[in-house]
Amino acid sequence: MAKARKTPAILSNHMMFCPGCGHGVVIRLIAECLEELGQDKNIMFGIGVGCCALLNIGLEADKFNALHGRCGAVCTAMKRVNPNTTVISYQGDGDAYSIGIAESLNAAYRNENFTVIAVNNTNYGMTGGQMSATTMPGQKTATTPLGRDCEITGLPLKFPEMVSSQFNVAYVARGTVTTPGNVNKLKGYIKNALEAQLKGEGYSLVEVLSPCPTNWGMTPLKAIERIEQELIPYYPLGEFKTREAR
Amino acid sequence: MGDMVKGNNAMAEAAVRAGARLFAGYPITPSTEIMEYLSTRMEEVGGTFIQAESEIAGINMVIGGAACGVRSFTASSGPGISLKQEGISCASGEELALVVINVVRYGIGLGTLVTGQSDYLRETRGGGNGDYRCIVLCPSSVQESVDLVTLAFDLAEKYKMVSVIMTEGALGQMMEPCDFPEFQEVKRQPWGFDGKYTNKRVSPIDRNAIEDAAALVKKYAAIKENEQRWEEAYLEDADYVFVSFGLPGRSTMGAVEQLRALGHKVGFIRPITAWPFPEKAFENVNPNVKGFITVETNSTGQMVDDVALTVKRLKKANMPVYCLPYIYGIPEMKKIKLDFLKIQAGEIKEVY
Repeated sequence: MAKARKTPAILSNHMMFCPGCGHGVVIRLIAECLEELGQDKNIMFGIGVGCCALLNIGLEADKFNALHGRCGAVCTAMKRVNPNTTVISYQGDGDAYSIGIAESLNAAYRNENFTVIAVNNTNYGMTGGQMSATTMPGQKTATTPLGRDCEITGLPLKFPEMVSSQFNVAYVARGTVTTPGNVNKLKGYIKNALEAQLKGEGYSLVEVLSPCPTNWGMTPLKAIERIEQELIPYYPLGEFKTREAR
Repeated sequence: MGDMVKGNNAMAEAAVRAGARLFAGYPITPSTEIMEYLSTRMEEVGGTFIQAESEIAGINMVIGGAACGVRSFTASSGPGISLKQEGISCASGEELALVVINVVRYGIGLGTLVTGQSDYLRETRGGGNGDYRCIVLCPSSVQESVDLVTLAFDLAEKYKMVSVIMTEGALGQMMEPCDFPEFQEVKRQPWGFDGKYTNKRVSPIDRNAIEDAAALVKKYAAIKENEQRWEEAYLEDADYVFVSFGLPGRSTMGAVEQLRALGHKVGFIRPITAWPFPEKAFENVNPNVKGFITVETNSTGQMVDDVALTVKRLKKANMPVYCLPYIYGIPEMKKIKLDFLKIQAGEIKEVY
């Protein structure tokens, strides 16, 4: 018999994401994990700027919309003054990896005990699809209308790989929302990350490859296809730093 | 009188006693002793000390602490305070109570390491994007620095806004005898996050900017009415009134005493709040006063604008307002006296 999936209690408002966007799925998974871990009434969010900021109206929870890129710093302090409260930094690739790279890296460097969920849709979604640090080679965006030229803009940034290989952190993974199987795996990663935080193991990060049909100029199904065919080969899925390995 | 204490250390200890339990900052001369002191002191009292990766991260950590209702503060100087402006603007818009200590060093860009008052206009006009103000407190002694730290936190929480302590490099670095207040009970502000969604913070997306603006105007009007602070003397019979804050203010007060001993009818107003500017002090001035003179350590004259505006509000037509801008350092009393004589002789012209 099919199991009824109950909507998490803190997930009470309408989201405002575009059709086919991955953010809504990610937020749902976070809410489910928090409820299952008994943390849905013991949670604070730092929220980035960009589409991730629409989390502001999606969850009934304490949340602070940080300045662009500064979630790493805001969440550092929130967790330090509330060591027994779960803290999540919810950011996009532009917020976490471009303007906020200093705060993101330094929070990981210090092994701050909070969880970063970074939704990577390979562009600046809210401002209309400009190039970000994770834009793929040749990808057309509003600021790379001829396709990203990596000779002058650099190669797409692999933040999870960077953090997991260079820093003393607790847990790092990359998932996606393309199939039910991948969604289930992603939920496992998010739960692992939150459990690492709950046990005080340190910094945890889950990057999510997420479709942006609006700015990619694709149907939602084509956008999912793009992730499977183009993004996953460059941004491999899986756990880069597992808790067992510590 | 208490022990000799360095100004920066004294402010740091005063903050701990005022119940501050989060400090985040980045080293910069001449403010660094504040964070050096707190690097061990915060741990002793169960507080949080974070050496941030930048001034930007520092102010945003303070924002994180303040959002949870913890008395939180940072300290910096010159370009470091410039980097914090976006965060100060954010905290002002979010109506977070926090304290920023600016140990002012003179200069543009990287500037100098020399004491000065070149940040007056920036501090009193908000400094970041948007239409907001911070309460700006200006000590002139180590003891007053200590006293104003406590007041800064109290006012920040009373009005849910940013308080700035605008001290000066020399005052941060010098030692004076000083008494510390008793330890305050450490408590979190009831409006802070508790993880349980007790206080529903309205996100920037959901706010009504017009209603917010009206509420801020009302709040700032109440502060202007209730929180002006200054020290004054000899205003009733003054022909000329000096206006000067901080260490130059202290020097000016000495110069005024000496000028009076020579028979000159001069008085002084030493603003303790640079914002709200102590307009009320000007109501105590001799109606037949011949002019106002600001003594400032910057190059263009900054506070002179506020004095001129205040004089205009008092409807004193054609009242000359002079400025003695001594660039940086602390002006000597004899220099102020000589320049006063030049003003009297018409050798230094009024600015307004």
